[in-house]
Amino acid sequence: MAELYRRFGGGLGTLFLALVGAWLAGMVLAPNVMMIDYALRPNLPPSQIGGPSDVYSLDNILYLANEGVHRAIFFKTVWASALVALVTFLVCYPLAFWLAQHATPNQAAVVLLGLTIPFWINEVLRTLAWYILLAFRGPLNAFLLSLGIIDEPVRWYGDGGVLAGMAYAYILFMLFPIYNSIESLDKSQIEAARDLGASTWRIHWRVVIPHAKAGIATGCVFTFMLAAGSYVAPALLGAPGSRWFTEIIYNWFFEGGDWNRGAAYALVLLVLCLAVVLVTLRLARVSLTEVAK
Amino acid sequence: MSAADRIARALFGFYMAAFFVYLFAPLAIMGIATFNTSRFPTVTPWQGTTLKWFQELSTDTGMWQSLWTSVVVAFCVVVVALPIGTAAALVLTSLHSRARSFLYAVMVSPLLTPGVVIGIATLVLWRQLGIGGGVMLIVIAQASFIICYVMLMVTARLQRFDPTQEEAALGLGASKFMVFRRVLLPFLKPALIAAGFLAVLQSIENYNTTLFVRGFDTPLTVYIATKVRTGLTPAVNALALIMIVITIAGAVAYEFARRRQAARLGAG
Repeated sequence: MAELYRRFGGGLGTLFLALVGAWLAGMVLAPNVMMIDYALRPNLPPSQIGGPSDVYSLDNILYLANEGVHRAIFFKTVWASALVALVTFLVCYPLAFWLAQHATPNQAAVVLLGLTIPFWINEVLRTLAWYILLAFRGPLNAFLLSLGIIDEPVRWYGDGGVLAGMAYAYILFMLFPIYNSIESLDKSQIEAARDLGASTWRIHWRVVIPHAKAGIATGCVFTFMLAAGSYVAPALLGAPGSRWFTEIIYNWFFEGGDWNRGAAYALVLLVLCLAVVLVTLRLARVSLTEVAK
Repeated sequence: MSAADRIARALFGFYMAAFFVYLFAPLAIMGIATFNTSRFPTVTPWQGTTLKWFQELSTDTGMWQSLWTSVVVAFCVVVVALPIGTAAALVLTSLHSRARSFLYAVMVSPLLTPGVVIGIATLVLWRQLGIGGGVMLIVIAQASFIICYVMLMVTARLQRFDPTQEEAALGLGASKFMVFRRVLLPFLKPALIAAGFLAVLQSIENYNTTLFVRGFDTPLTVYIATKVRTGLTPAVNALALIMIVITIAGAVAYEFARRRQAARLGAG
């Protein structure tokens, strides 16, 4: 603090502190505290708010634990988000490795720029593209039918469609951290491993992946969090049987009219994501400072 | 080259091709469907080539209204996020070790918070203050995490700042405010422009947070998503196609500029 004032003087220093305080206290901390407050109170008619029945309890969270359908959707969202992270990792890793270790600077620049093109277009339109592609009478079914791979059209909307749409939507959040971390690996380490007789698999398993651990952990954390908190992909590409946890939350707010329960569900989602982030980073021994780059 | 190498190479080539088909085929199909007469956007079956969907897009007042809402929101987000993000970066860099890592963790936490949770938390806080969803809450909710991006970009640029410049200006009699305005701000300008650009894109593309705080206002992403439910026509594809073309043109222009600059640096 002293250095801030020494460098910018009283007026500017105070202004900077005030701006940061307004952001962290007013836009980050206060909303989350209020959400916790909502989550722990019962949903009451206005006349009873502040009355004897307006007490803190864990009822809203226990409701989620006891309601079979919602609980099942919650766990499905968790493992499906983990699956999205895994699929995205498998799809990205070879490309990230090639870009970081084999591509010429011009090749890398062109490919990286090409990769970003779908991401300048917004998430809803990206998902819409998959909605059109996967339609029952859509191009993918027509293509597979014409090749004779399938005999009748497949209903892609549902879990499969959501998975494909999400992996597509969040691929860059996986690719860039892995690419950055593999890029810092010295080529001579790979050559040394090869000269000592390691197979390609072994080189990746024992040299490249351990080196890129921080990037892989970062990519997985972001992809998981984005998938678990996504609303648009399940809303467009899902089917009635493939509801996502965020859709349940939305319904509490705008259809069920029980904001307290909705806030409790959102709180559970937040705690889950924070837990996954912290545990993954701890396991990979990555500090939070290395994450957001 | 051994046979195994050749197989590995072929496999990798196949993988690269598949990756780019995966990346671009959905967008290509979405774009091509704009020219199909079919009321539902698709390319199979092809019912005839038409430009009528561009015309329908131009007369879709709801779409233009929602685009305007998104532009207003994006503008306000930039106005809020640039000063706060810059201040956050300056406060952060004036701290040392422990306090710094702690504050850094707090500052990036919105990036690790699911978008729907940011929207919900903002909504419940402001309802308590008697303010419902709408453009104002969209701006506040979006800014709360877009500030993080600004902070990160400005911090990255600050690491290359040479503090002797400030000392020289002070030594020559400039006030601290003058030093900030005439030395530090000009140095940060490229980062601020890039961050402003990113903030606009992030704001316009946001859906998950916006959905919860929009009230009765309808930004573009919400409008498009609603269209899918209430009757999607290729007019939406026409809009998507226009955005894709602008993006590709921008990307190509950027790449040419980059190469020209690289060539100039190489020659000089």
